[in-house]
Amino acid sequence: MINITTQSVGIVEPKTIHFDEALPLVCGKVLEQYDIVYETYGTLNAKADNAVLVCHALSADHHAAGYHSEEDAKPGWWDICIGPGKPIDTDRFFVVSPCNLGHCSGSTGPRSINPATSIAYGKDFPMMTVVDWVNYQQRLADKLGIAQWAAVAGGSLGGMQALQWAIQFPDRLRHSIVIASAPKLSAQNIAFNAVARQAIMNDPDFHDGRYYDFNTVPSNGLKVARMLGHITYLSDDAMGDKFGRELKNAQLNYDYGVEFQVESYLRHQGESFASRFDANTYLLMTKALDYFDPAEKEGGDLSAVFKKVQAKFFLASFTTDWRFSPERSKEIVSALTDANRDVSYLEFESNHGHDAFLVKNDDYIDAFSAYMQNIEVSK
Amino acid sequence: MSQLRPELQKICEWIEPGSRVLDLGCGDGALLDWLQRNRQVTGYGVEINQQNVLSCLKKNVNIIQTDLDAGLTDFADASFDYVIMTQALQALHRPDKTLEEMLRVGRKSIVTFPNFGLWKCRLYLSINGRMPVSKALPAQWYDTKNIHLCTVNDFENFCAQRSMTISKRGIVDYNHRPSALMKLWPNLFGEVALYQLDEKKNAT
Repeated sequence: MINITTQSVGIVEPKTIHFDEALPLVCGKVLEQYDIVYETYGTLNAKADNAVLVCHALSADHHAAGYHSEEDAKPGWWDICIGPGKPIDTDRFFVVSPCNLGHCSGSTGPRSINPATSIAYGKDFPMMTVVDWVNYQQRLADKLGIAQWAAVAGGSLGGMQALQWAIQFPDRLRHSIVIASAPKLSAQNIAFNAVARQAIMNDPDFHDGRYYDFNTVPSNGLKVARMLGHITYLSDDAMGDKFGRELKNAQLNYDYGVEFQVESYLRHQGESFASRFDANTYLLMTKALDYFDPAEKEGGDLSAVFKKVQAKFFLASFTTDWRFSPERSKEIVSALTDANRDVSYLEFESNHGHDAFLVKNDDYIDAFSAYMQNIEVSK
Repeated sequence: MSQLRPELQKICEWIEPGSRVLDLGCGDGALLDWLQRNRQVTGYGVEINQQNVLSCLKKNVNIIQTDLDAGLTDFADASFDYVIMTQALQALHRPDKTLEEMLRVGRKSIVTFPNFGLWKCRLYLSINGRMPVSKALPAQWYDTKNIHLCTVNDFENFCAQRSMTISKRGIVDYNHRPSALMKLWPNLFGEVALYQLDEKKNAT
């Protein structure tokens, strides 16, 4: 049984909205129709000026806060930041948290049935980019009667969406909250994603992305991909503190079984992820990360891109995050100050690596709250 | 303006309305807050201390949390009308490098520091034979953040050596009272020194 505190949004229920209007995509293809699953927390005010869009990262989805049932072991992925009295205070804000296109938690994605063929899209599902996600999110805003977000917020890949919003629809948001993110991936970031994709695509059960038709899943490949990803989300210190060289059993066996605790932990992480996540979605999400580069159209000059943004920015990074290090956030800050935009940037001490944006930390929560409290909304 | 500490009031008199300002070591953001509300100033504070950063956020002052000793490389040349640094010079690892950086980033720079040439410091040292401890410099020699204290004369010599142009000078006491003595012998009677330096012109 869960203990729903006064700071929780409580039991929440996802909603689904169907779009018939075709969505042209960056890759050149068109998605004729699609469903978006989303959750909302709080109440939209009369002027509809208190809406906050929350964007999820690679492996999370629309379930950002609260619980789906009293039996749930864990709340939504950003429950530390969303709820009454929390940074994204649901007593003031109306929060919209959609599941991105291409995902496997309800919105249309590779596992959905392609109306043209009546079988699952599989590898035929068009490639998604952050720009495409912002486009569908803008249509979702229209349907919900939200002309302008009070803020768009996210961490990691979610932060990239918040950044892209300010660039793509400058007058449709007042604040952009970009946490533990980057203006584009580095070669090392892309390399990690490439290895993860190879692990999945080389699994004999992958069947060129058509594994649904073969009634199987490339779970071994997906496990390895997640294990690799997970290492990059943690810091060396955090892993050292948690596991050190601790053994699973009392002594070494001198064989290739699981001997160290860290091996056991990674396998567990891989297995639990592979049981809930779709391999094609993992491929697609890592590609969306790789493609993100809003400065490209300005010849790499990010500050030129920021010249037309209107939103105020709040950026944050964490000291031990090496996936998207503080230096990557500072690149964004530097381009924003060059463009004379309003920005605040904080760097928090944490030993949780990239995952720190999902972990409760008083300095982080207090600063995020202080920023959000200054966002004006009508009664 | 009365809610600001005296030297900040003096700085406010120097700042042109509508300027773009970078305040290094901005503390709780009081100066920028005042300038934003009364002088239509825009800009950013730079601060490392978490509590100060939080105060700035609460005041709606743009704040960038970073270590001044790491340099100002994130800011472009001549991108600010004023770069201000109050009471932080003496706490930097390399004040000379930071001053050069301020002049690179700002068209004008304003610096304030406690004058270590003050007669009280001299007297304390000569009578007690120990490092001065006062209301303004309360820490002991071993735990002080003020690792590069200087006098009015030191600073002006430094500026001359580096071809830095001093365009304004203010010598005040802690209560913002200029006096005839301070005017005559600033290095002996000035408690707080304020300087405005102009952008460096290339000699070529």
